[in-house]
Amino acid sequence: MDFDSVRLTDVSRHFGRRRALSKLSLTLNAGDIVGLLGPNGAGKSTLIGVLATLVTASGGDVRYGRRTAREGGSELRQRIGLLAHELHLYAELTARQNLAFFASLYGVEADNPHRFEEAIDAALERAGLTDRAGDQVLSFSRGMRQRLGLERALLHHPRLVLLDEPFTGLDDRSVGTVSTRLRQLAAGGAIVLLATHDLDLADGLVTRVALMRDGRLLSDEPAATGLRARYRSVVGGS
Amino acid sequence: MFLRTALLVLRKDFAIEIKSYEILSTTLFFAVGCVLVFAFALVKEGQAPPDSAAAILWIALLFSGTLALGRTFERERYGETIRALLLAPAPRPALYVGKLLGILCLLGLTEVLLVPLIALLFSAPLLERLALLLPLLVCGTIGFAAVGTLFAAMLMRARTRDVMLPILLYPITIPVIIAGVRGTSALLATPPDQPTTIMWLTILLCFDVVFVTLSLWTFEPLMTE
Repeated sequence: MDFDSVRLTDVSRHFGRRRALSKLSLTLNAGDIVGLLGPNGAGKSTLIGVLATLVTASGGDVRYGRRTAREGGSELRQRIGLLAHELHLYAELTARQNLAFFASLYGVEADNPHRFEEAIDAALERAGLTDRAGDQVLSFSRGMRQRLGLERALLHHPRLVLLDEPFTGLDDRSVGTVSTRLRQLAAGGAIVLLATHDLDLADGLVTRVALMRDGRLLSDEPAATGLRARYRSVVGGS
Repeated sequence: MFLRTALLVLRKDFAIEIKSYEILSTTLFFAVGCVLVFAFALVKEGQAPPDSAAAILWIALLFSGTLALGRTFERERYGETIRALLLAPAPRPALYVGKLLGILCLLGLTEVLLVPLIALLFSAPLLERLALLLPLLVCGTIGFAAVGTLFAAMLMRARTRDVMLPILLYPITIPVIIAGVRGTSALLATPPDQPTTIMWLTILLCFDVVFVTLSLWTFEPLMTE
């Protein structure tokens, strides 16, 4: 299956008595890089979990194109890439083994071993880890893991790219590389949702801004300069 | 797709284990330690109490298996790789089967070590009666591991998982342990009581069918947050 928009309508999620998402409505379109901004505990990670089909909404409706997560099943999951704060990498395995495992799990170039290896090599190169391909991930710095985690999430060319704090631990050069990669993905028709606290990095990268607090969507608007001031006026704080 | 995914997960677990031998070494060490403690306590002048070999074989398997189950899923918790597995476009019960196969291989290796060790220390004719002991061990291990894998996966995010796993697992797997011990005891009797062993083996088989089916059915809803 494929889709060019994701629509959330009145989505709520409760964990016991705690309300993580409250009647949240938002539409994400192909080509968007949506910055999901808000203070700690705003519900950003829960929203990403719901969009990734890993967290079930307590109420409301999430549609990928015309289909729900239940209707989409594994075909839908094939079109979703997730980079969470925990990077979903096996620390004991090498960078190549990690990528190869997830590529196999997603059926990347399953019928062509040569092209499969090429896909892994290309991902390692994009992560800047060609020289460290045979090293265990536990020997990597946070930045190296972050770059590898991003390539792991993008190996299968997902339509919906969900990123939770993708710039954590990255140096300036890597931030530039990742930002360019996200722009390329969006230009190629991906829907990119990016949760971050780093307003300076989000400023100039995102095309739309969704501001959240206490599980509620406070604002959803096209990105404009002066993101920090806008954040302060809507969300509050410094 | 189902089998391919299960084998991928199994191969990945092997690849990790080969780097550290962490789970294998702790499980084997614990199982052997358990048998040795019982041997020192129970065997007097080369004579073990009747039926003790059967009981100790299953107790050692139960305890070391519980240890292995907890550690296996600890790996998926670190780095939250379980979420990446659940997000993959693969049938989610196949992930369960992959993990179950890994536990079965590990417990199989433990049994390869335990059976001759118990036969030696308790003077039990385990090796002479392998034809029926083997199916007993296979069915008992599958039953225990099927429930254990499901519970270990379910408890992965619980803060008290190390305590909760045996508390939940042991009452449910009591029938497996009873059937295993009684079947093995009947097998080790002189002469071997084969009809009784076969009866307990049939009970183990029924348990396996019920709990493997239930686990496959409930794995996906239990793993969704």
